[in-house]
Order: sequence, then C-alpha cells, then structure tokens
Amino acid sequence: MKFGMWKRTWAMIVKEFIQLRRDRMSLGLMIFIPLLQLILFGYAINMNPHHLPTAVFARDHGTYARTFLSAMKATRYFDIVREVHSDEEIDELILSGKIQFAVEIPENFSRDLARGQRPQMLVIADATDPATIGGPISALRVLAGTALARDMAGPLRGGQGSQAPFELVVHQRYNPEEITSLNIVPGLLGTILTLTMVVFTALAVTRETERGTMENLLSMPIRPVEVMMGKIVPYILIGAVQFALILGAAHLLFNVPVTGSLLLLVALSTLFIVANLSIGYTFSTVARNQLQAVQMAIMFFLPSLLLSGFLFPFRGMPEWAQYIGSVLPLTHFTRIVRGIMLKGATFGDMVQEVVALGLFTLAALGVAVTRFRRTLD
Amino acid sequence: MSPTMAADENEFVIDAEGLTKSFGNRTVVRDLTIRVRRGRIFGFLGANGSGKTTTIRMLAGLLRPDAGRGTCLGYDITTQTEMLKRHVGYMTQHFSLYTDLSIRQNLEFVARVHELPHPRRQARAAIERLGLAGREDQLAGALSGGWKQRLALSACILPGPELLLLDEPTAGVDPKARRDFWNNIHDLAAEGMTVLVSTHYMDEAERCHELAYLSAGQILTRGTAQEVIENSHLTTWTVSGPDLSELAKRIKTLPGIESVTPFGTTLHVSGTDAARIEKSISGLLDGPQKWERAEVTLEDVFIHMMGVAGDGEA
Repeated sequence: MKFGMWKRTWAMIVKEFIQLRRDRMSLGLMIFIPLLQLILFGYAINMNPHHLPTAVFARDHGTYARTFLSAMKATRYFDIVREVHSDEEIDELILSGKIQFAVEIPENFSRDLARGQRPQMLVIADATDPATIGGPISALRVLAGTALARDMAGPLRGGQGSQAPFELVVHQRYNPEEITSLNIVPGLLGTILTLTMVVFTALAVTRETERGTMENLLSMPIRPVEVMMGKIVPYILIGAVQFALILGAAHLLFNVPVTGSLLLLVALSTLFIVANLSIGYTFSTVARNQLQAVQMAIMFFLPSLLLSGFLFPFRGMPEWAQYIGSVLPLTHFTRIVRGIMLKGATFGDMVQEVVALGLFTLAALGVAVTRFRRTLD
Repeated sequence: MSPTMAADENEFVIDAEGLTKSFGNRTVVRDLTIRVRRGRIFGFLGANGSGKTTTIRMLAGLLRPDAGRGTCLGYDITTQTEMLKRHVGYMTQHFSLYTDLSIRQNLEFVARVHELPHPRRQARAAIERLGLAGREDQLAGALSGGWKQRLALSACILPGPELLLLDEPTAGVDPKARRDFWNNIHDLAAEGMTVLVSTHYMDEAERCHELAYLSAGQILTRGTAQEVIENSHLTTWTVSGPDLSELAKRIKTLPGIESVTPFGTTLHVSGTDAARIEKSISGLLDGPQKWERAEVTLEDVFIHMMGVAGDGEA
C-alpha cells in the first residue's frame, strides 16, 4: 500500500519536472528573476541617502555663511544645486520636488554671529518622505554646534559655552509630524493599482491562447487595436473602483487629506491605470502561457515596488538605479500622488511626471499592437 | 462590385496553387493545389498530421503560406485577410467559442464583431433555428459535444459567409448529430454555399461532391467518390469464416496482397494487381473460409493509401 503511494507520487513528480523543463522561458525566469533582483536591489537600495539636492538662498555672503555651507557639503548629505533669490523660488522648487532641502541664510548673518546675537538659520525640508530627511537633519543639528568652531576661535567664542552660535530652525513642509501613514498610504495607492492592473491584462491574451479561443478570434474581422482596447477598457473601470476604495479608506481610516485638486488626482490616476494596463497587455502578447505572464508581471512589479521611491528613498539609489526607476510608471505616480495629496501640487508642478507616464503608455501600447499576432504562425 | 457577386456556377470559390508551409524544418504542406467550385461540398481526407488543418488555416488567412498563392471568394489569402475574415466562415477543429459565455452571449459576440445589424435579434433567430430556445442562457461549456458542434456551426454561418471551411467538424459527435449536421451542410450547399470539410469518416466522405486525399502534405488522389475508387485500381476480396486473425497473419506477406483489414466478422484483402492476388490466394479458396470478390469501398481505398504512403505524424 505505502509503496504504491510512493510510486504514484514519484510518477507525478517526474511528470511535473518534464513539463517544467519543457517550458524553457518559465524555467529561465525562475532562475533569472531572483538573481537579477538580488543584484539589482542589493546595490540599489540605500536607506540613508546622500547627495540630496539643496537650494541656497544666501542673503549674506560673509565668511561664516560660506564656512557653514561648505561644512554642509562635507557631510555628503547635501548637494547644493541651486542659488535662489526669493522665497517664492524655494516654494516652487520644493513643491515640484526638484529639491529636497532649502537653506536660507539671513541678512547680516556673519555680523550678528560675530556680535553673539545668535542669528536664525532656516532650513526647509520636503518631509513627504520622512525616511529621506532623517539622516541629513540630525547631521545638520550636529553641524550647527561644530561647523563654525574653528572660525570662531579666540575672542568671538566668549561666553557661549556649549550652545551653538546660531539657531537652526528646521521647517518640515507637508508632513511636519513625520506621520508614516501620510507617506505610505498615498504610495500604496499606486502600488496596489500596479499589482492588480498589470496582472489582469497580463492574463488577457494568454488566456485566449491557452483556451484555444484565439483561433476563433483571429478568424473574425476584428483588428488587434480593437482587441486591445476591448480588453483594456473594462479594467479601467475596475481600476477606478479600486482607486475610489483606497482613497476613501485612506481618508476615513488614516486621515490622509487630499490637499490638492481631487479632479486632477482622478485624471492622473486614470492615466496611471492605463499605463499599467498597457504594460500588462504587452506582457500578455509576449508570454506563451499564463504562468509566464504572471512571472513577467512580478518581474515588473518588484522593481516598481522597490525602485520607485515608494518604500525606499529614491534619491538614496545610485544613479543607474534612478534611471531604471525613472522608466517605471509607479515612480512618477508616487510623486504625483504625494504631490497632490500632501503638497497640494497643481498640474503645472507635475508636467514632467505626466509626460513620462504618457510616453510610457504610448510606448507600451505601440509594442503591444505590433506584437499581437494576426496569424497563428 | 465585389468579385463574389458573379454567381457563376463554374467559378472557383477556392483557387489555390503551390501552397507550401513548413514549421521549423518539417514541411507540413507541399506544393498543394486545390480548386473548388461554388456550391460544392469538397471533402478533405487524410491521416492525422497529413496537413489538412494547416491547409484550411492557410485558406482562412490564419497562416501565411511559405510559397504558392491562392484566393478564396476572389480575396487573396495573404494580402486580403481582412475581407477573407468577413466572408469566410471558419470552424475550428476544437471548440473555440467562449465556454464561460452563454449560448446567447457567444452568438451576440460573433454578431457584434461582424457588425451585423440587430445582434440580439440575430442571435435569438439563430438560437431558434438551432432548436435551443429556452436553453440560450446555458454556458456554452456545459453543452454536450454534439450541441457544441451545432452551436459552433451556427456561430460560423451567422454572419452569412459564402464559403465554409470546416475542420473535422464532426469529430467526437454521435451518428445522429452527424447525420443532422450533414443534412444541414447539404441544405446550405443547395442555397449556394461552398463548403470545404475535413473528416475521417468514410460515410461523410461519400456525402461530399468531391474528395481529395491528403498524405504528407500532398494530394494523392481527388475526384468524386466513384472516380477515387476507380482511379485506385484496387481489387478487394472479403473473407469470412473461422480463424480469421490466424489467416490474416499468414496472407499479409503474400505477393500482391497490399492490405488486410478486419471489418467486423470479415477480412478485407486488397491490392492493385488483381492477377497476383488471385494467384496468391488460389490455394486458400478451398480452405475453411469463404472468399468473395467484393465491391471496392472508399474505406478500402483510403486504408490502402494510408498503408502505401505510410504517412501519419511519426
């Protein structure tokens, strides 16, 4: 009895292995995906990002101001990428996400410092992603006490003890209390939509092929574009329902506000949904069976999750990883969603992201239509 | 306007020559020429793997031939596939409607893709013609083999094609359903429909106006059933009596005997050289079995051809 059970189980095992071996592409993906992802994410993810883009509004060009700025650079947390000349400029740069920090050196900073009047220095941080700014801000606080120590040797030092010679005011914009859910929930919106949308359409064409209905479909007067649109449109509605659910729950359960325009958020989310449906559809024209389609969807989803700036600071990744991230729709959507929900960003602030999403969608649809086989060859 | 409008009896609805198709380094169809006149039922016979399905798919515009040219209803099978798909009904070998749609939903889908006016009304009419009224909301996947085939045919003719390409439409279907199916096909042909149908059944082959026997991607013989039998130059003897399987083994290797096939309680012994067969069996005629010179049937011809061509997939 027992022996017979093993024989039958063994027969099944052998059969499964034979079938596995036959599906070369799936087998390749099984080995390739983990390896690729290990290398990719191992090198790409950095929880403590450096070289964050920083703007300086210097209203004083004295020695102490210059010394402090070079000390900031020396921490390697800050890359001073811009000199600005007004508060409005800072606002615009932070809103559009072009800079992470802005440092404002007040008028007569060096003079007041020399007089021991403890001038205030203002640092504005984009706190939509609290993980990014944690390290730099603590470094700044240390810096305030030590950076000017050498310059201020001698007479200027008198009477201040261990207190920093100036007051560092850190202004965290958009999420001052660093509430994690304010950062995570908008990001989740895009992540959930990516996962579901890509898988839905990835199965769309392969299902027809596997069930044999493709032959009948091909023998009817329907064009590839028509098949594609017919398969994408229903899922736009499903995506819209998911969007409404997540947004509603985010509001009710986590008190995440929509600071900007809800209409704009809806419009750009629709674009994002279409972008994901198109890439899923493209996979489904490449994959030979449903297993391969799902594997491809995962191969797309994991980088989206890890390299988009949703879970880990985008600016912490090496440049090459940022390039990969910039291709993924979720990267741009995460910025859009955080921009609209937390920062109150407008369309004008996000043109770049919208263009990126649009280009991605068009490219994916183009590939899908050309890949769609009109014959059984 | 369209080349199909001229209802000339002698016009070739299918007109293809030199069709060749390979998959990898395996040539499945080789320099095949086929012409079918309007209103004719043309039977395509041959073993599994002889190239029937590939030929039909090429004619339906679903496979591009590697060489050769052809038209169906005047439309080029490589360049005018869109028109082809509008006017040719193709019924796949395996059921390829949606099993998770109901009968009505499948028919409505087909009607809509073909841009038929009033798809709902058309689907309802088709359901009534099918005799499925009252069951139209059943899932297509839940139908029996015979009903699936009838549904597939009615989906196929719903858009009003002028040419039907049917790939083994009656495989796995019971005899009564097959007979109904063929009556249906003959009615359609009488109304001017041209039909190319592949089959393994000899009784169906006999119901075709014209036949072609395909082997290893080439047509070995063609014509009416009578012509095919005559052209085979076959002689058949039937043997009945005791110990037939014993006898079959013994006579298989005798000169002139090319095939020995059991048919129920008789053996069919065939060969193309009547004189040599007679010589070989002359010593056996007085044995315990009863030998009779029989009329050659289509089945004898095809079994003989399969044996000679040694075709099949292997």
